[in-house]
Amino acid sequence: MNVKTLSIGGADNILQTWRCFHKNKLGLIGLGVIFMFIFAAIFAPLITPAGYAEQKYLHEINNFPSRSHWFGVDAVGRDYFSRVIYGIRVSLFVGFTTAFIALFIGVPLGALAGYFEGSVDWGVMRLVEIFSVIPPLLVAILFVTLFGSGLQNIIFILALVSWMDICRLVRGEILTLKEREYSIAAKAIGVKPYRILFRHLLPNAVAPIIIGLVLCVPNAIMLEAMLSFLGIGVNPPTPSWGQMISNGLYYIHFYWHLTLFPAIFLALTVLSLSFIGDGLRDAMDPKLRERR
Amino acid sequence: MATYIIKRIFSCLVSLIIVTIIIFSMMHSIPGGPFDEEKMPLSPAAKEKILKMYGLDKPLYVQYLKYMWNALHLRFGKSYQSPGEEMVDLIKRTLRVSAFLGGLGLAWAIPIGLLSGIISAIKPNSFVDYLCTALASYTISVPVYVSSIFMVFIFSLGFNWFPTGGFGGPKTWVMPIIAYGLFPSGILARYTRSSMLEILNEPYILTAKSKGLPMWRVITHHAFRNALIPILTIMLPMFTGIMTGSIFVEKIFRIPGLGGYFVTSIYKRDYPLEMTLMLFIIVSLALTYLVIDIFYTIIDPRVRLWRKGR
Repeated sequence: MNVKTLSIGGADNILQTWRCFHKNKLGLIGLGVIFMFIFAAIFAPLITPAGYAEQKYLHEINNFPSRSHWFGVDAVGRDYFSRVIYGIRVSLFVGFTTAFIALFIGVPLGALAGYFEGSVDWGVMRLVEIFSVIPPLLVAILFVTLFGSGLQNIIFILALVSWMDICRLVRGEILTLKEREYSIAAKAIGVKPYRILFRHLLPNAVAPIIIGLVLCVPNAIMLEAMLSFLGIGVNPPTPSWGQMISNGLYYIHFYWHLTLFPAIFLALTVLSLSFIGDGLRDAMDPKLRERR
Repeated sequence: MATYIIKRIFSCLVSLIIVTIIIFSMMHSIPGGPFDEEKMPLSPAAKEKILKMYGLDKPLYVQYLKYMWNALHLRFGKSYQSPGEEMVDLIKRTLRVSAFLGGLGLAWAIPIGLLSGIISAIKPNSFVDYLCTALASYTISVPVYVSSIFMVFIFSLGFNWFPTGGFGGPKTWVMPIIAYGLFPSGILARYTRSSMLEILNEPYILTAKSKGLPMWRVITHHAFRNALIPILTIMLPMFTGIMTGSIFVEKIFRIPGLGGYFVTSIYKRDYPLEMTLMLFIIVSLALTYLVIDIFYTIIDPRVRLWRKGR
């Protein structure tokens, strides 16, 4: 079977993708960890002793991990386990929404650039170039000071600096797809270009779109953690791991629990997501397998 | 070749001007100024005088043209944050620290990254390959400050081998140097692996092997040389990356380098410093990409960019 361009339309293909993915041990571990985290995030109110902003334990400030407070208590009397667990919600929310918004910027631009070539392609590629040349973190910092911090702004800004990979992937795919017989046939019977593009070509470019999406998520989470670490990310008291690490850094000599737990959770999340992304890429697109 | 390079430099200049205009206008459209009430309580008359002294009362395009004109003559003015010294001295003083630690970081990252990439490519899907790929994934996806914190926990708080931060003596240099090199080594390993894998499948590698050449010679002389081109594209910008990458490493280890100024200059509306840093990064990146393009044509005669008229 020619598996050069797998679309995940049929159940067959999903099964085959899974079979391929299944062989990837790291990807499987990542999937397990992320499922556990999603589970914990959904049932956060049930498994945590307090809300993320409740200063319930003012008489136990900076307490070390114990049986009643698994991850200890922070400097303003909040249960740290609650904050870390609610942090999963924030991180995953930022990651996935950013990726989706980036998708809505990157896919149309990439598709148009790939299909129409010429000046459209030139313009889009220059835009991609400009955004890729300047380090995304610096652009994000500039944008944050311009638009202000806060969850919504951060998501929007992160999407603005992370759509380029998806755009490139889609462009490349459309460039090859449009030379296919069915595309030429559609053109020959007089189907309008936009209809060919959005009805015939894009559905077949699902594989690179999903790969781009999945790889975008850990990147967005990492950038959010970096911005929050610098103190210009999500506003307190919303629990963000980057911010918690940054605040805990002052006390790292003594109150080690304030930095260690969010750091471990952040590392696990980002790493698991990128293992899943790598595994999925290998499973869905054998063409890309050698090229990582 | 010459016309190609001239064309390339010209388009480089155009995008440089566009990017600087964008950054300059963005910088100034951020609400608030460097001498606002909460930063410096001044009487209106005194504030006006200061604004006039720094030329901030002029229209934006005049400020931009004036800045760029001065920058062309390498006069960058003075930072509002440290008015006691020339900008060039400030950058020299801090960049020396960043470049020292960052350079040593790259000094271990480049050989390790290349080597682990080559080894993974020679034995794909082996245990060593999985280990190298997993480690590379770790350094690429986990923010460097998280790894730095883990190092602090293990080596400073656990074994008490190195101090947690500061900048004085070789003992304080070790962890920052490791941290600086993490991301570059991972990304190099990943690119080297993919680039080598592609080339090891080429027919001329089979030819070289069937001629009876020893394996190491095939790899060093036939495969790696050709794999080097895509690797160079990501390796050269790393030297610029030292400057921006230092933001986190220097914050964690409390190093008096350039990194912190990227953030504080934007925060304190320190326009001259911010603009100079951005200019510095953009110019060095542009130069790097120019060098890469020229390198391409030298290393690989198949790439004749100037014929495509790009």
